[in-house]
Amino acid sequence: MQLYVSQLSAGYNARLILRGISFELHRGEVLVVSGPNGSGKSTLLRILAGLQVPAGGTVYYTVGQQQFAPRNARHLVGWVAPDLSLYRELSGIENLRFFAQVRGLSVSDTALYELLDLVGLGQRGNDRLAAYSSGMTQRLRYAFALLHRPAVLLLDEPTVTLDERGTAFVDRIITAQRQRGLTVIATNDPRELRYADLLLKLAIE
Amino acid sequence: MTQSVDIDSPDTDIPALPANGIATTLRAAWAIFRKDIACELRTRYAINTLLLFAVSATTAISLGVGFLGLRRTQEALLIQSALLWIALLFAALNGLSRSFVYEEETRTLTALRLTASPTAVFLGKFCFNLTLVLTLNLVTSLLFIVLLRVRVGSPFAFGAMLTMGGLALTSATTIIAAIISRASFKGALFAVLAFPLLVAPLIVAIQGTAQTLENVTFDVVFGSLRFLFAYVVATFTASLLLFPFVWES
Repeated sequence: MQLYVSQLSAGYNARLILRGISFELHRGEVLVVSGPNGSGKSTLLRILAGLQVPAGGTVYYTVGQQQFAPRNARHLVGWVAPDLSLYRELSGIENLRFFAQVRGLSVSDTALYELLDLVGLGQRGNDRLAAYSSGMTQRLRYAFALLHRPAVLLLDEPTVTLDERGTAFVDRIITAQRQRGLTVIATNDPRELRYADLLLKLAIE
Repeated sequence: MTQSVDIDSPDTDIPALPANGIATTLRAAWAIFRKDIACELRTRYAINTLLLFAVSATTAISLGVGFLGLRRTQEALLIQSALLWIALLFAALNGLSRSFVYEEETRTLTALRLTASPTAVFLGKFCFNLTLVLTLNLVTSLLFIVLLRVRVGSPFAFGAMLTMGGLALTSATTIIAAIISRASFKGALFAVLAFPLLVAPLIVAIQGTAQTLENVTFDVVFGSLRFLFAYVVATFTASLLLFPFVWES
């Protein structure tokens, strides 16, 4: 399992905010992307998740002998980000059940409740998201991202809105992910630099 | 066979490529349809908009035009049919864009893009819109029959015409709803883009429905139904092929 990025550039309209980004990330490694607001951290993660097309450069995942462009690698990717919204009209368990079905996964309700327990929402799984706090919503985003046991975990501001126990839980997830695949973290929080095997510092041009 | 999810397990299996078979896509589409129905039943946004418009339009027409059903001339039947389809069209234009606009406004599109295939999304949204339109057709036509004292000469053909007209409305507007969900002036743009596409089936549906108000055999409206069926097949196929590009743009 490997992520290969070469001479990546990206932006909005005519303005490039990422230019000439190159790195390789191998199984077990964690890349931390840091930089000021507007430097392109979230844009980079969106490109790696296949949600945005870069203006130039090469990005692909290698699994065995196969190569996947990010758009064709969504089955590999788990994504947690502040702008990831789930359905407020549905409960936590209904959200997970729905996304498992559309991913074509055959996950039992028992397993879904176990996953909710793991992210600390065991008692609130049947509540609608509209009643969730921002920290609980962030925990459910982790359940959403881990649902299909992704080989690639993309975390944008991973501990934002989480309490101390939530932060410890993120530690566990990142440790477990080192054995499962690779992790890319976009953050402004200096405490999260400790996760890094590789550090990519972006600047505003 | 079901799987369990354990974040601590050193699960070294790379997730397999999702199966893109028809059965998988249809199951995902069914899940999206059921999710949309569940969200709609809890918010009642689209159905309230559609029904409120249908009820107010029908009531206004019945108060303004009077009991047209008492006059059974060819022109009167055409006017009744045209009024019915105008009410249906405007109600649909008010509510049908909701399924995609809702996903955009609540920012859930990203989660859906990460997990579902475009084909499954289109089919799920199409089924949801069709359910809305058929419900709207049923309620509006019943109101027309009661409030305007419309006599339906051929109920079976009338029902077939409403169903096929509803399919035509849905097949043309689902893709437009997806396109305009990213735009700034959603409401106006939906009507502007949808109207040119809907003129042809609307004319045929109005003429065909007028014929079904008389006591005619099914053969008389078969030509109209055949046209609408061809229109549905053409727009549905084109939408299905175009949708992945709209979805990923």
